[in-house]
Amino acid sequence: MIDISESVMQFLLAFVVVVPLLGAVAALLPAPPGLKGKSPEQAVLRHGVTVTGVVLIAAIALALGFDHDHPSRMQATTDISWIPALDVRIHLGIDGISLPLLVLTALLTFLCALYSYFKMPAGPTPKAFVALLLVLESGTLATFAVLDLLLFFLAFETVLIPMYFLIARWGGEGRTRAAWRFILYTLLGSVVMLLGLLLIGIKAGTFDMVALATDNGRSLTTSVQLIAVLAIGIGLAVKTPMWPLHSWLPDAHTSAPTVGSVLLAGVLLKMGTYGFVRILLPIAPDGFRTFAPYLAAFAVVGIIYGSLACLGLAKQGAKGDLKRLIAYSSVGHMGFVLLGIATMTPTGVNGALFANIAHGLITGLLFFLVGALKDRTGTTDLDTLAEESGAALYGKAPRLGGLLAFGAVASLGLPGLAGFWGEMLALFGAFKPAADLSRPAFLTFMSIAAFGTLLTAAYMLVVVRRVCMGVVPQEAPQLADVRSYEFAAWTPLVALTVIAGLWPKALLGLTDPAVQQLLAGGTR
Amino acid sequence: MSSVAQPLAENLVQSVDWLAIAPPTLTAVVGLVVLVADLFVGEARKPLLGWVSVAGLAASALTLLPLLGDDRSTFCVDGTHACSYTADEFTLVIQFLVLGGALLAALLSVTTLKDADRQLPEGEYWFLLLSSAAGAALLPASRDLATLIVALEVASLPAFALVGIRHGDRKSSEAALKFFLSSVTATAVSLMGISFVYASTGTLYLTQVADRIQHVDGQLHTLAQTGVVLTLVGFAFKTAAVPFHFWVPDTYVGAPLPIAAYLSVVGKAVGFTGLILVTVVAFPSYADVWGPALAALAALTMTVGNVGALRQQATRAYSAVRLLAWSSVGQAGYLLVPIAAAAYSGHPQRSVGSTVAYALMYAAVNLGAFAVAALVGRTKTANRLTDYRGLYARNPLAALLLAFFLLCLAGLPPGIIGLFAKVTVFSAAVDAGLGWLAVIMAANVVIALFYYLQWTALLFRAPEGEPVRHRLPAPLTAAIALTGVLGIALSGAPQLVLRFADTGLF
Repeated sequence: MIDISESVMQFLLAFVVVVPLLGAVAALLPAPPGLKGKSPEQAVLRHGVTVTGVVLIAAIALALGFDHDHPSRMQATTDISWIPALDVRIHLGIDGISLPLLVLTALLTFLCALYSYFKMPAGPTPKAFVALLLVLESGTLATFAVLDLLLFFLAFETVLIPMYFLIARWGGEGRTRAAWRFILYTLLGSVVMLLGLLLIGIKAGTFDMVALATDNGRSLTTSVQLIAVLAIGIGLAVKTPMWPLHSWLPDAHTSAPTVGSVLLAGVLLKMGTYGFVRILLPIAPDGFRTFAPYLAAFAVVGIIYGSLACLGLAKQGAKGDLKRLIAYSSVGHMGFVLLGIATMTPTGVNGALFANIAHGLITGLLFFLVGALKDRTGTTDLDTLAEESGAALYGKAPRLGGLLAFGAVASLGLPGLAGFWGEMLALFGAFKPAADLSRPAFLTFMSIAAFGTLLTAAYMLVVVRRVCMGVVPQEAPQLADVRSYEFAAWTPLVALTVIAGLWPKALLGLTDPAVQQLLAGGTR
Repeated sequence: MSSVAQPLAENLVQSVDWLAIAPPTLTAVVGLVVLVADLFVGEARKPLLGWVSVAGLAASALTLLPLLGDDRSTFCVDGTHACSYTADEFTLVIQFLVLGGALLAALLSVTTLKDADRQLPEGEYWFLLLSSAAGAALLPASRDLATLIVALEVASLPAFALVGIRHGDRKSSEAALKFFLSSVTATAVSLMGISFVYASTGTLYLTQVADRIQHVDGQLHTLAQTGVVLTLVGFAFKTAAVPFHFWVPDTYVGAPLPIAAYLSVVGKAVGFTGLILVTVVAFPSYADVWGPALAALAALTMTVGNVGALRQQATRAYSAVRLLAWSSVGQAGYLLVPIAAAAYSGHPQRSVGSTVAYALMYAAVNLGAFAVAALVGRTKTANRLTDYRGLYARNPLAALLLAFFLLCLAGLPPGIIGLFAKVTVFSAAVDAGLGWLAVIMAANVVIALFYYLQWTALLFRAPEGEPVRHRLPAPLTAAIALTGVLGIALSGAPQLVLRFADTGLF
């Protein structure tokens, strides 16, 4: 949109990856004179807001400077040799697929830092909290910015330790167990993924994603592709998470602090689906084609399973936890994303990428809202909240209730909001999958997934009825309505949800050319 | 008359390339000097011996510098290319690893000896440490089976004495005895293997063995095969490969901590160097024999080691040292993977280069972890894992560095060098088509993460009671700082060690 020279763009991209890391180190050091603030705690939290804010500005500048006429071209590329022995290159670049995710990550991390500045989660010192948050940001941004398989793996692993500590130190009940499950599941998945990445790199002679994507799997035999897709797919599927590898997610979400849940759902899960699109689709298309029907089958099972689990949790007397419910709904939503990818059509993959972003915005917002609800009422247990008649949030805190209802209807895919387009495009893709995939199978998957949307609507409406509606009792304790910092943290998410819903072309215009090229044979 | 005597004398008196053999020789000479000086130095001046030893090791490491870049050989048989001592790139890298490891162990020892307050005989201690280091430095340069065994024994015999050096300590003596008996058995088996190889080939020089063992008489074929397998046993023992690992935990706990650190790094280096020389240089044509054996050994070793480490109870006495001991067994398994892969791959030299790269990473971070353990052990003599709780509150830098070292050992960022060292090992296995071994290793990486991360998490817990700050002794600080700087520098530029995985070392 605006003309920024290529070298500045290169600098900006390297900047957004490196600055959070430097910021993390700086957070551990004592504050320099002049920046001491009211207390060391306040100073370091402010430091977090500043660094993530600067990164967000840089990311927005990247988005503005991005050549929107050629979103399929890798832009702002840097390519430096780092470890010649392993043929690892510091190869960075963004195209229409990674740019939206990069901006989403920078935005969500900034909002989380802002939210924590006012509402620090209970736990040990904020110093470590801010440092871990920044390392997490660096790892996720790097995942979306790197174009080298081993570097991708490094970035993928970088997020594990910070997220582990965020859950284990600042989390709620059952946090130790949840943190262990999170890290052991993901690590087990990612070492298997490493084997697949190495197999590809060794057989094809390069770890460079662009070169591999251009090659489009021609230098890999079908059997190598099959093994590689299976190994890498398992690693990515754990992260996504795909049913039946999802069981770490509900625990992690339930125990994580609000900020941790937001980032986990909004950003970390995207690393898995991004890997599917960026690595598996272009690099090993033959292998992926073989597994695509299975992936789609698991995806629709995930959709139905997630919805049924949510319905079960939303039922009266089920002692359902709201955070757990949203976590299960994530399993369902990510099922749509995986279904879209499995169709191997531009429509489906575009839908998947759209649903990715939409899920990040909406679920991020929902976790924020539930976190705020927990701060006010002290619980996320639906039965305790709703008692007999309903929690009557509309009456007690109308704005909070309204936002929660907004998040819920956005999540169920109401047309006009962000959640709609992604899932609809994914279903469209399944209606007419790629030529060499079995159409009857995908038609079945499509109808099951469509049924899943009905179930999603059902449980979301149940949640709205039980939490937002109801009679306000006379002696009900007063609930604080939305505070100004909460407005500041949530408004961007609400606004973007509406914008993406009303003007999907803003996003699809970016992803579509890149996806077309990816499926047709590589990125240039 | 004189014209006949001239060549005869030349034959008898070999010309020796003193520069090439300087690193092990200097170490040994300094060891002797310290032993003699001990007789004449008063009680008050004993710490001087330690500093002389440290300086000697540093000087020996410096003598590696002029040797860089050219392949020197000495003690050669005329008219052939068979030499007993070769200082090629492989030799220099391993000698650097050995001497550097010994130097760090010596730095740790200075504090330990001071704290022991004359309970340990200083002169003997330094002499033994230096002799063992000299043997270990000789080993990678040896290119005949006799020198190899002599070097192995020179490296091991002083180690037995070092393990049992705490007079009157029952645990220490028992550990030494266990270590001694099992090690001697292993060496004896190795010697028998070597005699079989000699019987079937008629030579001890590795290159000649490699040549002739391909054409052994059909009748002697079984003998040669048995010889190959038995020869490996002695070195597998030193590497602490399963089933020769049972001495490790008790020995590490019984020995003074710096000696445990020394054994975990230099002892292992001795073992895997010997294995590399024997397998890749001497018996390449028997790859179908030792390849599967080493692969199975690697899988067993890492699994047993990691499961053993996983079962450690945090409250038991010396559990931290025990955990490091078991984890070192697990790490030995990773070290063996590329050697096994060398049997199957087209570039055996590159494969073993992965072992060397991994060993360099492991040496730096494992010694670092031991250095922090030595620091904690000064105030909490039982050195339990629970004693590390809240280390961050007492000593933030040491805690952060220990966390970094442990994550390097686990192979997770921010321990980038640990991650990439593991990647090279994985890629050696995948390259050689050892997919099953890579999968087993992957499972082991996850098991290992569990206990490394548990320990790491403990460091940042809220401490029980008031944190007591204590002064750091300078040598210990130097050791921690040195390993920390090494680890962080390597994480920034992994190419420094990983380049060995890319080039032929011999």
